[in-house]
Amino acid sequence: MYPFAYHRPSSIEEAVALLADPEAKALAGGQTLIPVLKQRLAMPEALVDLGRIESLKGIRREGDAVIIGAGTTHADVAASPLVREALPALADLAGLIGDPQVRNRGTLGGSVANADPSADYPAAVLGLGATVHTDRRAISADDYFLGLFTTALEGGELVTAVSFAVAEVAAYRSVRNPASGYAVAGVFVARVGQGVRVAVTGAGPSAFRATALEQALADSFTPEAARAVSWPEEGLNEDLHASPAYRAALIPVLAARAVAACCGTVASG
Amino acid sequence: MSIPIRLTVNGRAVEVTVEPRILLVEVLREQLGLTGTHVGCDTSQCGACVVWLDGRSVKSCAVLAVQCDGSAVTTIEGLADGEVLHPMQAAFREHHGLQCGFCTPGMVMSAVDLVHRNPRPTEAAIATGLYGNICRCTGYRGIVNAVRAGAEAMEQS
Repeated sequence: MYPFAYHRPSSIEEAVALLADPEAKALAGGQTLIPVLKQRLAMPEALVDLGRIESLKGIRREGDAVIIGAGTTHADVAASPLVREALPALADLAGLIGDPQVRNRGTLGGSVANADPSADYPAAVLGLGATVHTDRRAISADDYFLGLFTTALEGGELVTAVSFAVAEVAAYRSVRNPASGYAVAGVFVARVGQGVRVAVTGAGPSAFRATALEQALADSFTPEAARAVSWPEEGLNEDLHASPAYRAALIPVLAARAVAACCGTVASG
Repeated sequence: MSIPIRLTVNGRAVEVTVEPRILLVEVLREQLGLTGTHVGCDTSQCGACVVWLDGRSVKSCAVLAVQCDGSAVTTIEGLADGEVLHPMQAAFREHHGLQCGFCTPGMVMSAVDLVHRNPRPTEAAIATGLYGNICRCTGYRGIVNAVRAGAEAMEQS
């Protein structure tokens, strides 16, 4: 690691003031950033440790939304009785991220701000039509993920919370890389009222909505309807784990598994 | 830039001065001499470096020491009661949960944390609970048997 200065603010205001320095970087759980620093892929002059800002942590219900503080760990989301009751698919997803030790440190805000193309949380944020709250505004999920590790966040803008609308039913299914746990492809399906939202992670440069699947599932909310959709491989990721064609084949299959889980016909997968 | 930090390591209050880029595992091994915590992959995959930070298992190669200021850390050295092994350590020995032993400290720390949250883990729960720990020797059979036996022994002790 290159050397850096270290700040440990105790309030959001203090953190935002420190992050106004373009050479400073926010440190949340550090489960991505610390490995990145170790590989010398980043060399910030200062880290702003968000770990002691209590107002960034916690889970609460407000009407039809579950609001989760950006500093809440994956383990806390997975274990939360409130999330388990209101949005079990979100608790399940949080419980699949990385491994138990990563989940004990990694945070929702860190994942959402980093926008790794293979991260799980972006699928839920987009699939549930969540709102990303920052120190200065609220951003709709549909406007948030812009590309590879690219979001609508401005320089120095800090994610403070994400509010998830409670879905009628929802489920997430993925194929994980067995070594890293990252999604080779993952599909989040949610039914809210008459509408269906389908979000895909792992397959493209960033999480995206699968509108063809949404339309097919709005007509018929069945695994068969999802599986009948043919997904084009153009623009999908290619790496040593999977070809674009394989990822294209996975998308309808995982959507079908998620729909089956929504309908209670399949317990796991 | 060096920063003084206070830790409680295995119940003992310690104060060390660290550069911000120093990892928790480096403080444990190099400044405090607690070499039971191993560095395997150094990329937060293998789990040889697992310790408890305020009661939760973490990969100490993926935590900066400065982040731990004021926290309690438990390492493998803090598990046994003098010469008496922790029931999970005894179970690993009894059930051949190790061969070369390099992964063992992290395996045991993850396993005890798992049992703290789930006192009677099924075989599947043990497998998912140890997802972050890699062993190259045992094929895991002995480890799973050891964790089951260790969980039972912990319940009885």
